[in-house]
Amino acid sequence: MFRSTVLVCGGTGCHSNHSGEIYDAFQKQLAENNLSGDVMLVKTGCFGLCAVGPVVIIYPEGSFYSNVTPEDVPELISEHLIKGRLVRRLLYRDHKTEEITKALSETNFYKKQTRVALRNCGVINPENIDEYIAYDGYQALIKVLTEMQPQEVIDVIKASGLRGRGGAGFPTGLKWQFCRNAVPDETGIKYVCCNADEGDPGAFMDRSILEGDPHSVIEAMTIAAYAIGSCQGYIYIRAEYPIAVQRIRIAIDQAKEYGLLGKNILDSGFDFDLEVRLGSGAFVCGEETALMTSIEGKRGEPRPRPPFPANKGLFGKPTILNNVETYANVAQIILKGADWFASMGSEKSKGTKVFALGGKIVNTGLVEIPMGTTLRTVIEDIGGGIPNGKKFKAAQTGGPSGGCIPAELIDVPIDYENLAAIGSIMGSGGLIVMDEDNCMVDIAKFFLEFTKDESCGKCTPCRIGTTRLLEYLNKITSGNGTMEDLEEMEKLCYYIKDNALCGLGQTAPNPVLSTLRYFRDEYIAHIVDKRCPAGVCKALLSYEITDQCKGCTLCARNCPVGAITGKVKEKHVIDKSKCIKCGVCMEKCKFGAIIRK
Amino acid sequence: MAKIKLTKLPFAETPEQAKALDAKLEELKDVPGGLMPALQQAQEIYGYLPIEVQKRIAEKLNVSLEEVFGVATFYAQFTLQPRGAYQVAVCLGTACYVKGAGDIINALKTKLGVDSGECTEDGRFSLIETRCIGCCGLAPVMTINSNVYGKLTTDQLDGILREYM
Repeated sequence: MFRSTVLVCGGTGCHSNHSGEIYDAFQKQLAENNLSGDVMLVKTGCFGLCAVGPVVIIYPEGSFYSNVTPEDVPELISEHLIKGRLVRRLLYRDHKTEEITKALSETNFYKKQTRVALRNCGVINPENIDEYIAYDGYQALIKVLTEMQPQEVIDVIKASGLRGRGGAGFPTGLKWQFCRNAVPDETGIKYVCCNADEGDPGAFMDRSILEGDPHSVIEAMTIAAYAIGSCQGYIYIRAEYPIAVQRIRIAIDQAKEYGLLGKNILDSGFDFDLEVRLGSGAFVCGEETALMTSIEGKRGEPRPRPPFPANKGLFGKPTILNNVETYANVAQIILKGADWFASMGSEKSKGTKVFALGGKIVNTGLVEIPMGTTLRTVIEDIGGGIPNGKKFKAAQTGGPSGGCIPAELIDVPIDYENLAAIGSIMGSGGLIVMDEDNCMVDIAKFFLEFTKDESCGKCTPCRIGTTRLLEYLNKITSGNGTMEDLEEMEKLCYYIKDNALCGLGQTAPNPVLSTLRYFRDEYIAHIVDKRCPAGVCKALLSYEITDQCKGCTLCARNCPVGAITGKVKEKHVIDKSKCIKCGVCMEKCKFGAIIRK
Repeated sequence: MAKIKLTKLPFAETPEQAKALDAKLEELKDVPGGLMPALQQAQEIYGYLPIEVQKRIAEKLNVSLEEVFGVATFYAQFTLQPRGAYQVAVCLGTACYVKGAGDIINALKTKLGVDSGECTEDGRFSLIETRCIGCCGLAPVMTINSNVYGKLTTDQLDGILREYM
């Protein structure tokens, strides 16, 4: 019997911060102190609060230690585990109140969350199937195989109101129904696929689920296969996620060993096998038809719909494709019922949504909230607000396909319909927070550079359209734009939206349209006043030295191009023809004597 | 899609590499959609995808070289250029970008004297820009092989690069 449990976060964020060494240190030192039999050591998936990682939690107290280093391990063992005294200096502190929080569940970050898809992340060891089973894992599969007809499964999913979490929000039950109704060819083959090609920059929900709770996806795919009549599935996952790939592979092997995957699952006569396929760095492969083309081993180009994948998908067979987070909800819906799931969320968007909080926010990390929660709750309460006393300017959702939510709309409840109405999209769940120092024209340009690069080139509206759009944005940020450009750019946006072949192209203009809608004045400042209000667009900036200058010569010594001259103890001057606007002088100045205009 | 850069370096392989590739191709030749995994394995073995290797894959999997080349040049992770001993990768995801990843990559270009996608002449460093690698809490982030450096500032770069000299 163990008297304590030490959980060490093994998610990508903490892992990158040496959580692996912390785990090893615990393992070694617990053994040295003869505690290996008393203290259980577990490497878990992501706890969500990546900003203060690496994170260690010790039960039964639930003590939440943040920013832990391998050097802290001896103290944690001797104080907490042996003497039973909390190591206060490592306990998580609320950044606003500076109050020490003893347990994870007491933090503001966790209090307002509702964890369904993330229920096991940071709780169980993802590399041990027994722990998943101990938390009701594979119960839903047993229920489905022994008590339910395939159509009943689909009816439950339909009644729950679950919608696709990959971005478009298509009703999951309906998708399964279409595929169940589809008549297969003479081979009788249908496929179940999982989209784990999470390509939106700033989004890491799916990665964390695969790293923290891989069995939940396997179980749900098996349930889906039973519902539509499939015996082969594929998980298409980004090669950029090595830890997730490794854990899903371990999970598949363990499920096979337990007879929960493969031939004659649980003696029910139902067969389902699962194969992992790796992406190779093409954003467009997150689009459903492109993803299937890629699994077929070809260039991942999308194809026109219809025929829809439900009828003709992977290898020309009826196929369903759902996103990781969508699958992570399925087993809970089967176990707890459609009504339970539908009781959470807003009228048309049921359940919860996971968001990856990033950018200018204190608590960067992973949060799961009921649909219909306001952006204010997410940013101020859960996210802990904007660091360095800056002002919130906008949040970007939906990545390169989405738009921004300006500060004045911070009280809009987040769900599919509301976000669409204000010109953004739910997207897969990346939520990037921006403050007054971010230039919205520059952000639009950033996303267009991304989509232009990632356009597969198959259709002209996207290939040429995104290139032209980016040219307009470059022209504006370099100070050469005209007001006519704005109009032309807007027209071009709608042309691309209406004519591109796939979702990538159709949504590519969104970042431009939404910034034009809410931050038109910033575009006009760039065009008319030749000024970048946030001080980001280099071509429009100039640096000047004010009378605060003490003549310490630090700026002149650090200027990489020798643009600053002046005598010791006298005011210095910047030669604007030489200045490359790198900002080093301003960073180095100890007297705040250099200003950017 | 990025421009295709072909390498001028001559192709050389060890018998072990050839044997490893043959074994993988034997496994994959009847797998539906086996071309992608084959290229991934080949890149794992050789570090990049020389045209000689692409020809062998085409033969063994019974697809045209045109198709192999098409796939190899479609995906950003496949490279036709040899890699440096240390691959310096700067994340240009949104979170990193808003926290100054642009300055980091520019500074590295100057320090290493290469453009992104290129390898230094001594074969020590290659520089690439990556999409979001998902540890946005550490933004801005770069990786050198499997080591991750987070919350970076440009003045840390010299010290970090020195570790690999």
